[in-house]
Amino acid sequence: MNVVCILWLREVKKYLRSKAQIVASLGTPLMYLAVLGFGLGPVFRRAGEGSYLQFMAPGVIGMTVLFTAMFSGIAMLWDRQFGFLKETLVAPVPRVQIMMGRTLGGATVAMLQGTIIFAVTLVAGFRPASVVAVLAAFLIIALIAVVFSALATAIGSSLKEMQGFQMVMNFLVMPLWFLSGALYPLQGLPAALAVLTRVDPLTYGIDGVRGTMIGASHFGIPFDVGVLLAVGVLFVTAGAWRFSKIEV
Amino acid sequence: MTAVNDVTFEVRKGETFAFLGPNGAGKTTTIKMLTTVLRPTSGTLELDGLSPVTDSTEVRKRFGVVFQDPSLDSELTAWENIDIHGVLYHMPRRLRRERGETLLKLFELWDRRNDLVKTFSGGMRRRLEIARGLLHTPKVLFLDEPTQGLDPQSRNQMWTIVKNLNASEGVTVFLTTHYMDEADRVANRIAIIDHGKIVATGSSAELKQQTGTDSLEAAFLKLTGTTIRDETFSAEDRMRQVSRVWRR
Repeated sequence: MNVVCILWLREVKKYLRSKAQIVASLGTPLMYLAVLGFGLGPVFRRAGEGSYLQFMAPGVIGMTVLFTAMFSGIAMLWDRQFGFLKETLVAPVPRVQIMMGRTLGGATVAMLQGTIIFAVTLVAGFRPASVVAVLAAFLIIALIAVVFSALATAIGSSLKEMQGFQMVMNFLVMPLWFLSGALYPLQGLPAALAVLTRVDPLTYGIDGVRGTMIGASHFGIPFDVGVLLAVGVLFVTAGAWRFSKIEV
Repeated sequence: MTAVNDVTFEVRKGETFAFLGPNGAGKTTTIKMLTTVLRPTSGTLELDGLSPVTDSTEVRKRFGVVFQDPSLDSELTAWENIDIHGVLYHMPRRLRRERGETLLKLFELWDRRNDLVKTFSGGMRRRLEIARGLLHTPKVLFLDEPTQGLDPQSRNQMWTIVKNLNASEGVTVFLTTHYMDEADRVANRIAIIDHGKIVATGSSAELKQQTGTDSLEAAFLKLTGTTIRDETFSAEDRMRQVSRVWRR
């Protein structure tokens, strides 16, 4: 087994063992599904936009993946402060391998969490177009997971205290989520908001998932995938660079 | 801030070398530089004829380290921690298994190999860290205050095993400790560092003779004074404090 695999496996094992974390992390997405999904459903329908649950479910899945992936940055801060990171940093392996193992592990955990929420949306009444559509959507979900796990690694490598991550959650993660078009259609937005939604990489992720699952894409799936790939390369490079600079 | 300045010492192959000093004297900084975690701003370092700065990967293969703060993953089992270490050091699976079993038996942890580390006592964790540090058969073992917080029985057992390994495997041991009796008992030679400079080097007997004292502790106090040293708290230290309170 190589270094990337064992560090990936470590993240997955830890996730599967933390039942409390799995249950707790379902709280926010479920609240959005229940409160907004059902609460705003009648308004959405009256506006002639169809089922709000159908529209919103890909957004809630995207939100779950975003939040879980970003929390892998906290896990890194934790490892940095309480030891395990030091064990990996003094090992005779290139840091990029350590970073990739952690990032792919974080992305896998985010995908697993997204899969659970996807199952919940099915129970709630969400109906994707077909099984093939779901499989295609999960490829895009995997891209979202990698993009934001890499961003979390870059941020986690740059921060020294947990309080810093709270700021990241408030000033980066929440805006990424609210600007992504997860809760509202991207058509007819005010100009300033339209610009902001277009610089948010999650917008393309959720648009891609929505496009594959229910056939309603704003930018077109190839464009969404292209942007995610480009941002993914950028964030992985930034994550590798920041990780290479860590001192403990 | 300058942590160490103009420090010169040599450790002989196969000896146990104690590096003593008051809080904030520069012990951990020196270990961090020798273990490639920190880059020195000037000067020359050599470990087994190689530079930790320019040949960091090769140097990392040659040492094992037990840091001042725990570096185990407490959410994994003892065996999983050992196995990850083996993979990080490119050990073949069979060798990992054989050496891991030998060391866990030696450190009386074999029966608990499948238990999560978070269920271990402080002494067991320390023993596991040393076993892990020795897994890849390093030439040098760095022990940074390895007995901090351990009861006398655990300390005694740990040093007995380390001394035996030093004799049987010829591993060079570089240790720091605040317990003078430990240094007196296990070290062939001792260096005392204060304010980032070496103030004395020699065997315990030589240091006592040099200072005209009858114990290593008295010699240490004579060389470094009786003023209490205040260490600057880093972000990591603050986080560890929070963690300790949390665990209680």
